[in-house]
Amino acid sequence: MIENALPVAIGNYVGLSAVLFFIGLTGVLIRRNPLVMLMSIELMFNAANLLFLAFARAWVHNAGHIFAFLVITVAAAEAAIGLAIVVAVFRDAPFVDVDEVRLLKG
Amino acid sequence: MIAFWVLSVVLIASAVWTITAQKPVYSVVGLLANFAALAILYLTLSAEFLAVIQLIVYSGAILVLFVFVIALLSSGVAPFAAGPNRMPKAALPAVALVCVALGFVVFAVTRGEVAIPPPPAGSTSALGPVGTADVFGSVGDFGKALFTTYLLPFEVTALILMVAVVGVVLLSGTAPAKAPTRRRAAGVRRELREAVVRDGEDRR
Repeated sequence: MIENALPVAIGNYVGLSAVLFFIGLTGVLIRRNPLVMLMSIELMFNAANLLFLAFARAWVHNAGHIFAFLVITVAAAEAAIGLAIVVAVFRDAPFVDVDEVRLLKG
Repeated sequence: MIAFWVLSVVLIASAVWTITAQKPVYSVVGLLANFAALAILYLTLSAEFLAVIQLIVYSGAILVLFVFVIALLSSGVAPFAAGPNRMPKAALPAVALVCVALGFVVFAVTRGEVAIPPPPAGSTSALGPVGTADVFGSVGDFGKALFTTYLLPFEVTALILMVAVVGVVLLSGTAPAKAPTRRRAAGVRRELREAVVRDGEDRR
């Protein structure tokens, strides 16, 4: 039996998760390559997952594990659809750059 | 405890590498390091099943998908060479804003002790060493919860996955046009240029 305590205080996990989330957000904001933007979205998903698992461990309650599992599933579906859109849009484009996409511009 | 700080450094460094690398393949490598470090961090949180799932689904499936798409888009031309890696003009204020928000969050978190709210009802798992059966975070514990208490979310997930598969088939299953659009566009542009030149010569 291991003691009912986290390796470090829960605030450290919240801080690390926030840092990772903001790095992902920055990636979406500053990069115009759709692949890197999708990767940054995955970073944000993972930051949320880390928080789910930290609180699940703090409470010894496995609801957080279920939520993290669902997040991973949705992330996989999102990556598949996002990459299919990227391939469909940029198959014949000279540059893989989201600013090149003006199909919906009036 | 040492593991947490070492892994934090690895996580943040690999995340920064991911969003700043010039070639998307390097970004994938950074993301791979990020996911591996995160899986180890999950192990320290006694989430052994989620750690394995993290490695299999993220590193095994999603990253391979990214690599495939990079290979698919790089065939023939060099689409990542010149244009796509620049930063937009709005990047600087956006980054400044994000830094302010991050500073605020970190300040709020480290300012005082973050109180853990009381756990919700129905906490039935028992903590135990990683690797033993039916303790918190093991496959048995996870599966029991997934197929009893959380059966409805699980079924909804199945629906989401099916929609994703249908969507991907719809998006990428159509046959590509006979002549690639790019070549056709270049042809149209050349014809236009020649027409303009001819027009100019006619005027003269």
